[in-house]
Amino acid sequence: MSFTLPALTYAFDALEPHIDAKTMEIHHGKHHQAYVTNLNNAIAGTDAEKLSIEDICKNISKYPMPVRNNGGGHYNHSLFWTLLSPNGGGLPTGPLAAAIDEAFGNFEEFKTKFNQAAATRFGSGWAWLIKNASGKLEICSTPNQDNPLMDIAEVKGFPIIGLDVWEHAYYLHYQNRRPDYCTAWWNVVNWEEAAKRFAM
Amino acid sequence: MNKKTNRRKFIQQVGMATLGTIALSQIKPVSAFANSLDGEVLFTLDALPYEFKALEPHIDALTMEIHHDRHHRAYVDNLNKLCAKEGIQEKSIEVILSKVGSYSAGVKNNAGGHYNHSLFWKMMKANGGGLPTGAANDAINASFGTFDQFKTKFIEASKSRFGSGWAWLVAKDGKLNIGSTANQENPLMDISELKGTPVLCLDVWEHAYYLKYQNKRADYIDAWFNTINWDTVNAQLKLAK
Ligand SMILES: [Fe+2]
Ligand SMILES: [Fe+2]
Repeated sequence: MSFTLPALTYAFDALEPHIDAKTMEIHHGKHHQAYVTNLNNAIAGTDAEKLSIEDICKNISKYPMPVRNNGGGHYNHSLFWTLLSPNGGGLPTGPLAAAIDEAFGNFEEFKTKFNQAAATRFGSGWAWLIKNASGKLEICSTPNQDNPLMDIAEVKGFPIIGLDVWEHAYYLHYQNRRPDYCTAWWNVVNWEEAAKRFAM
Repeated sequence: MNKKTNRRKFIQQVGMATLGTIALSQIKPVSAFANSLDGEVLFTLDALPYEFKALEPHIDALTMEIHHDRHHRAYVDNLNKLCAKEGIQEKSIEVILSKVGSYSAGVKNNAGGHYNHSLFWKMMKANGGGLPTGAANDAINASFGTFDQFKTKFIEASKSRFGSGWAWLVAKDGKLNIGSTANQENPLMDISELKGTPVLCLDVWEHAYYLKYQNKRADYIDAWFNTINWDTVNAQLKLAK
């Protein structure tokens, strides 16, 4: 079995003006597609073909770099699309909102810390909100296409939300202004999906 | 509205929207450094030795402008602020790089960013490219067989650097080597695996090509070969001796 590119559940222009249609189209159709293709090539004929992408990530230290880079790329982007919504933004609700308040004081504090993690990840990478082994929320970031599921990650846990801060995620619209992209992204965060993940 | 007006207007908008936020994308919020600069500025941003549009159609004017005026500017500003904050008085960027492992990650990132970009601008010129000249030609043939074999290897290093980074041709012990570094690291840094005197370098951060080439890094690399200033390569080779 090989991995396939998941379809977006909204139109490329659905997230405008926060994320532009051309960026979405290239990001999904070219970048994510390349990770899927390269991952399939990297695991062709190996036992990894029978595994889920989560299981591959959890044991990523056992695989060569192309599996780490492209497996991470596939997992991270698949997750990223589901955590965006044209009806997103606003505030989280329910147990996730309570857990955010408990871990960070309040939503604004959480947002500030998350923005800082996204802004200070030098080069390419991701910012994350994760649920750690003891069930608590934490903010962290990873370089390139690494993620907190990976056994090699400095900070490990289950991703609740993830923000792509590779330049390809924002350059057409925001150029060097990564913080502006991060600010805009809060308007399209799919809190419903994040709440589902927190309940898992 | 013609294309030129559109572009100018776009740049104005970008310019206005970015005031005060440029440094944010790099290290820490600007406010964290408020009043930490005591007047002395160690490093400055040199003007490009050619016009923004000089490298067209290979590298577009808008990319050059943002790359130089925003990205490189941010590295210089952040480096100055960090030097002031951390009490660094060393004026030679090469000396800082040679012991960068003893400084903060912020100094490493921004000192590398400043050095790499300063060199990169000089590596290009209008109507550049073609075959290497003089000593560069001899050294490339001696180390790689032919120019085409060198080119294939350099392209491979540029394409295979995952994420952000640089591809390098370096001189060490009378021989040329090809390699790549992550983010803003470079072969002069004590912490670098690849070591030597930089002879040729290529920025493969997405910001270097995304406006024109998007995901097609390979097309950018091919086009960039038409901008190489072999005089600079020869000058760097002399430094290595
Ligand atoms: Fe991405
Ligand atoms: Fe650059």
